[in-house]
Amino acid sequence: MTGLSWNLVDDVRQMLAFHFMLNALRAGTIVAVVAGAVGYFMVLRRQAFAGHTLAVIGFPGAAGATWLGISPVFGYFGFCIAGALVIAALPSGGRPNAGLGGYGEESAVIGTVQAFALACGFLFVSLYKGFLSGLNNLLFGTIIGVSDNQVLTLLIAGVICLAMLAALARPLLFSSIDPAVARARGVPVRLVAAAFLVLLGVAAAGTSQVTGSLLVFALLVAPAATAARLTARPALGLSLSVLIALAVTWVGETIAFFSPYPIGFWVSSLAFAAFLLATTYRAAADRIGRRQPRGSTSPTDAGITATVGAA
Amino acid sequence: MTPPLAPPLSNLAGGRLLASDPITGISNMLGHPFIQHALLAGTAIALLSGLVGYFVVLRGQVFAGDALSHVAYAGALAALAAGVDLRFGLFAATIVVGLALGMLGGRGAADDVVIGTTFAWVLGLGVLFLALYTAHSSTSNGAANANVLFGSIFGISASDASTAAWIAAGLIAVVLLIARPLLFASLDSAVASARGVPVRLLGPLFLAVVGATAAEASQAVGALLLFGLLAAPAAAAQRLTDRPWTGLALSAALAVAAMWGGLALAYAAPKLPASFAIMTLATAEFAHAALASIGLRRRVRRHDQHGTPLAGDPRPTATAAELAPRA
Repeated sequence: MTGLSWNLVDDVRQMLAFHFMLNALRAGTIVAVVAGAVGYFMVLRRQAFAGHTLAVIGFPGAAGATWLGISPVFGYFGFCIAGALVIAALPSGGRPNAGLGGYGEESAVIGTVQAFALACGFLFVSLYKGFLSGLNNLLFGTIIGVSDNQVLTLLIAGVICLAMLAALARPLLFSSIDPAVARARGVPVRLVAAAFLVLLGVAAAGTSQVTGSLLVFALLVAPAATAARLTARPALGLSLSVLIALAVTWVGETIAFFSPYPIGFWVSSLAFAAFLLATTYRAAADRIGRRQPRGSTSPTDAGITATVGAA
Repeated sequence: MTPPLAPPLSNLAGGRLLASDPITGISNMLGHPFIQHALLAGTAIALLSGLVGYFVVLRGQVFAGDALSHVAYAGALAALAAGVDLRFGLFAATIVVGLALGMLGGRGAADDVVIGTTFAWVLGLGVLFLALYTAHSSTSNGAANANVLFGSIFGISASDASTAAWIAAGLIAVVLLIARPLLFASLDSAVASARGVPVRLLGPLFLAVVGATAAEASQAVGALLLFGLLAAPAAAAQRLTDRPWTGLALSAALAVAAMWGGLALAYAAPKLPASFAIMTLATAEFAHAALASIGLRRRVRRHDQHGTPLAGDPRPTATAAELAPRA
């Protein structure tokens, strides 16, 4: 349908002439901002496993909605938010974060929920015949399926999500870094944790619509992890995470438009490349830093301590 | 190898299980070759998953297990795209990534982010292979993809079933061989290391076994659902007992029960996919165990207040010292 020329301006104009591509870029932009911001806190709180599970829970929602003939958008958001509330209500067994991070014994419970959700999704898919190409789009994303209505829904959800995150940011940061001190200072740690899980659910549901349920991590965890390797200052890290997510989405969607390979591959590869670069940089910087023993703590600890002290 | 496809439903739908009495129904069911193959492969795979899953949960490597199950998908599709045997891709990918995770991560508490980022990329590679596969061959690619994701145990052939059973038997032998030092290392890594258990060797070896288990199980319930077979019976067993050996056996038994029940359920109700039925039963087992353990804990607490011991006390009995290798 299109070819790539050496004239970049022409290429971009050619791409934007397609309405579906415009919608994909709009949706991608909203999703990248939300995923970059929420993902940063997810990485800080070590709740990657919960994020993955919430993303996967969206799949049966979308498949069920398609089976019932309603828009998958409602399925994604409905199931992800409900899943977040269920996970928040699960007994934590004393160690509140272990289950959500995927390394405690409690995480087996979340894993069971996740596998069951996927199985339900498969049931809905097999009840709804002739759905196999749709299956791949739900799991791995597509750039041609975003409607005007969907962009509007995403925009509303994204604005609400960011507003809630802004209101929550300070207690959330505090209770992520030191829950015990935060509780002693009167921060409602459990409530903040539950509210954050709901935000994570909204972000995962929105991201699913661009990257598919299985590749949400490409935007939710990789940009945030990259940012966390580069800086320890929360404000800078947060902006960096959003910027990386935006860059990955825009470049990924553009390459996917001009190449025969799917968007999921490009977005996840770009995100992973960024993460590898940042990891290499951090390792090199640490090695150089270790060779000059100036007695200071690592930048990670120093930055976070400074910020929390200010809070 | 072309991937096994599920037999068309029209062949199976007429005159099946719902005979007048259950004995006839079950003997009818066992008369079908496809059920025999499914039972053979399924039992071996469930037994293996139950054993390995118990250690995965005990060692807190649930996220790594999840990641390996996604790696199985990418491996299978790479093999399909390259036109080689599906199982070759499955085992190569999962074992290599399992070893790599074991070398990099140790106990894995610090790097959920690394696991998450890596497996998102590996899944992205899987999508690329799917696109390549769809572009370069013409026969029922959608069905093959769905089979890799969600399994097709009723479509497994006689030779594939016996191969799967033999591989599972070999892996079970490996797990039982390393069970004792592994249990020791999982409960108290430092003491185990001091007592001469090769902890640094066991970690990667165990994750390689988890990878091979993922490759096995994905032939039965699919790359996306095998994680449930690892996590649910093990989590249920841990709710019911704190004795490690009882828990290990219980986890394997619960996995096999979910497999058998799921196969029978899917046979009786052709609308239900087999892997869905298996997952549902495994989840139900866990939910039941969780409720039962709440009741048990309450009773124990009440007895504790009166200072009388209770038969079937679920509190830990095996200590790390008990598990130490006998000199």
